[in-house]
Amino acid sequence: MVALLVNDREIEAKNGTNVLQACLDNDIYIPHLCYLESLDLPSASCRMCFVEIAGEDKPATSCTTLVRDHMVIKTDTPAVRRLQRTALRLLLSVHRVDCKNCYAHKRCELQNIAKFLKVGLKSKPLNRYLKDTDIDEDHPFLNYYPNRCVLCGKCLHVCRNQHGQSVLTFANRGFNTVMSLYAAAEAPSPSCEDCARCVDICPVGALALKVNQEASIHHPTEK
Amino acid sequence: MNQELTTEEKAALKSIAKNLETFNKQRGNLIPILQMVQEHLAYLPSEALRMVAEYLEINACEVYGVATFYNQFRFHPPGKHPVKVCLGTACHVRAGDIILENFERKLGIEDGETTADREFSIERVACVGCCALAPVAIIGETVHGHMAPSKVEGLLMRIEIEKDIAKREKEKSESEQT
Repeated sequence: MVALLVNDREIEAKNGTNVLQACLDNDIYIPHLCYLESLDLPSASCRMCFVEIAGEDKPATSCTTLVRDHMVIKTDTPAVRRLQRTALRLLLSVHRVDCKNCYAHKRCELQNIAKFLKVGLKSKPLNRYLKDTDIDEDHPFLNYYPNRCVLCGKCLHVCRNQHGQSVLTFANRGFNTVMSLYAAAEAPSPSCEDCARCVDICPVGALALKVNQEASIHHPTEK
Repeated sequence: MNQELTTEEKAALKSIAKNLETFNKQRGNLIPILQMVQEHLAYLPSEALRMVAEYLEINACEVYGVATFYNQFRFHPPGKHPVKVCLGTACHVRAGDIILENFERKLGIEDGETTADREFSIERVACVGCCALAPVAIIGETVHGHMAPSKVEGLLMRIEIEKDIAKREKEKSESEQT
């Protein structure tokens, strides 16, 4: 066990855990989108979980920083908040903000983080860049919404954990990056309908089971 | 997204299957294998992607993800008259994107795609080395400088007419022979 000081509060964490997990275990919230406890190597791709560590000159991503004894951490300095707000605004600038018609409304991680960081859901002052396709219906059981996706990669990870290989993958590059269900459309794995772990893990509403879409509600917790 | 394979391409797929066996079944070999496939076929049809996935025992979607990441891989066969529209700095400033848009609309395909009859394919390129002629489009081997949206239709029509003339002359020479 190591002891660290987070926001002037002393917490304990097991050796080898990362700062983000240690904070979350102690009810200290740090915004994050792409982190999962089961990840061996967090990718830190969402650029949300920044913290400031005493002795380091720049904010660091907490999911890739392991706890050390006597660490002094601040989670709410102006530098950290600035980075987080910028990252969120960039995500919102490629997001179709149509919350009322999104099944993830009110349990959406983007909404939560925006509220926490006090950022409006408009992408101001950034331009909004949306992809041409709003919905990808190729897969027999799943619908994918490119303009809602935050490309956290959690769906890919849970799918790989569950089935050894993922039927989801990142496709294309840059602004055109999407999650792709390629080939799964032609040779659907029958488990997709029953598994739907990717739908449950999605922090926004980018993946949905077709069946539930027709009923226009989806509450994974009540299933 | 896929077009029907021609008989030559089906034959090429068979030789690709034979060629595959010279590669070790390692994930790291995915890109060299895709390069080999594209060398044979000039593009990556979904049949080939599935074959590669089967050989390496990975999901076809993973192959697709890797292939779409790299610019060198294409998913549509090259057209007989490849249209290359320059979007380098000079052409961009002289509104090369409007030229590209015009070709896309006239041919009914997007950048990177091929028409169903495999006559035309559109590609965007970054500078062809004649910035003074901006905006530039290249059709086949011919460079067309000082492009304007109004010239697009004429250029495409000329190719159609040239094709017609060649066809008629061929018919004529055939009838003379008999």
